Amino acid sequence: MKTTKSLHAQHHKLADNDYQLKVLETHEVATADFEKFEDKLKQIHLFPFKPVKTEIFQVNVGYMCNQTCSHCHVDAGPDRKEIMTRETMQLCLEALATTDITTVDLTGGAPEMNPDFRWFVEEISKLGRKTMVRCNLTIIMANKKYHDLPEFFAQHKVEVISSLPFYNKSRTDAQRGDGVFEDSIAALKKLNAVGYGREGSGLILNLVYNPSGAFLPGSQIILENQFKKELKRLYDIEFNSLFCITNMPISRFLDYLIESGNYESYMQKLIEAFNPVAAENVMCRNTISIGWDGNIYDCDFNQMLGLKVNGGAPNHIKDWDLDKLNSRDIVLNQHCYGCTAGSGSSCGGSVA
Amino acid sequence: MERTTYYDPKDLKKFGNISDWDAELGKAFFAYYGKVFEEGALTAREKSLIALAVAHTIQCPYCIDAYTEDTLAKGCDEEQMMEAIHVAAAIRGGSSLVHGTQMMNKFKELAM
Repeated sequence: MKTTKSLHAQHHKLADNDYQLKVLETHEVATADFEKFEDKLKQIHLFPFKPVKTEIFQVNVGYMCNQTCSHCHVDAGPDRKEIMTRETMQLCLEALATTDITTVDLTGGAPEMNPDFRWFVEEISKLGRKTMVRCNLTIIMANKKYHDLPEFFAQHKVEVISSLPFYNKSRTDAQRGDGVFEDSIAALKKLNAVGYGREGSGLILNLVYNPSGAFLPGSQIILENQFKKELKRLYDIEFNSLFCITNMPISRFLDYLIESGNYESYMQKLIEAFNPVAAENVMCRNTISIGWDGNIYDCDFNQMLGLKVNGGAPNHIKDWDLDKLNSRDIVLNQHCYGCTAGSGSSCGGSVA
Repeated sequence: MERTTYYDPKDLKKFGNISDWDAELGKAFFAYYGKVFEEGALTAREKSLIALAVAHTIQCPYCIDAYTEDTLAKGCDEEQMMEAIHVAAAIRGGSSLVHGTQMMNKFKELAM
């Protein structure tokens, strides 16, 4: 498996949020003048950008991961030590209990590596909320203590959402590291074995496709049909839906774009593909993102750029106030084009 | 501005401008083009691979750039893309060779 260090561990300049914002907002690495994202929203009368009803409570329980994927917007990896404590999880549960938010979306890093992950899932279940987990698949195979995760997920009816960039080794390993494809297939077989993705089981297994390079994803439905056909034919693997996600021009993917000379053309592609319908339906409008340290953000991408919620809304879980959060203005920057290009992109795939 | 090459990748983005000097035919062409690449008896993905192969046959740099990206976006991998190009190369090579029969016919007609 690929063992490259995170940008953070390399003391890379892109590990600095301010520098990332400088790249996005100025001519630091590009000569072209990119239209401001908020100006695009003004043209379609969506500025200031306001939330709709909050339906998803997304919690990033830590940046530690057993993989170091080349596109990772979190800059996650084995060397990242930022982990949510049980005390902060408790604050999340208390906040959640005051709302009618139906869904908790657990992400990371590899969320399962947080030592309190299982306790957190159990407590969310007790509150009667649905849990989704963004499982990288290989964690199930990484260590004996994770081998029973499929059974644990099934016990709590956790919806599993897993990245698989392609149904072959070369495309998958190029993005996620050597050996990831074989381990992912083995993990998918274990999930299928307990009923995940099988018709009538009620256990949902969704896969995530994101392009292995500087291009935008094609049609979600066409790719889903192709993935279903090929995974069934080659490995007898089944799943429910495929979510197509556009790579965001931040963190490690931003590093890749700059290093490969694709930054300027990729930004132009995103901007030219701006879709007003996708803009209306982006995930930050119905999602609240909680960081490992309890800070509150509009989305996981803003979290990685250190852009906390603004407009007088509480920006830490200890000060949770959903009414105030629902009246906030969503914080925008140039990376937001990643969610509005083409058919749009969200943690649940296309939005238009 | 001095041109240093006959082909400029930036010109691909100006393709739509052909309508500037004949809107009716330009509009008709792009409507037809869009329709051709819709899902039909062939999938959009299969059509994109055909386009990639044809792009290599006609050696159009714009088309090669466009359909390399399009096939990637439609979920093709490098193996499938290279196989498509070999189909183009085989037909192109075969096309030269099969004309060898004409050469043989003419040879027999002329030579003692």
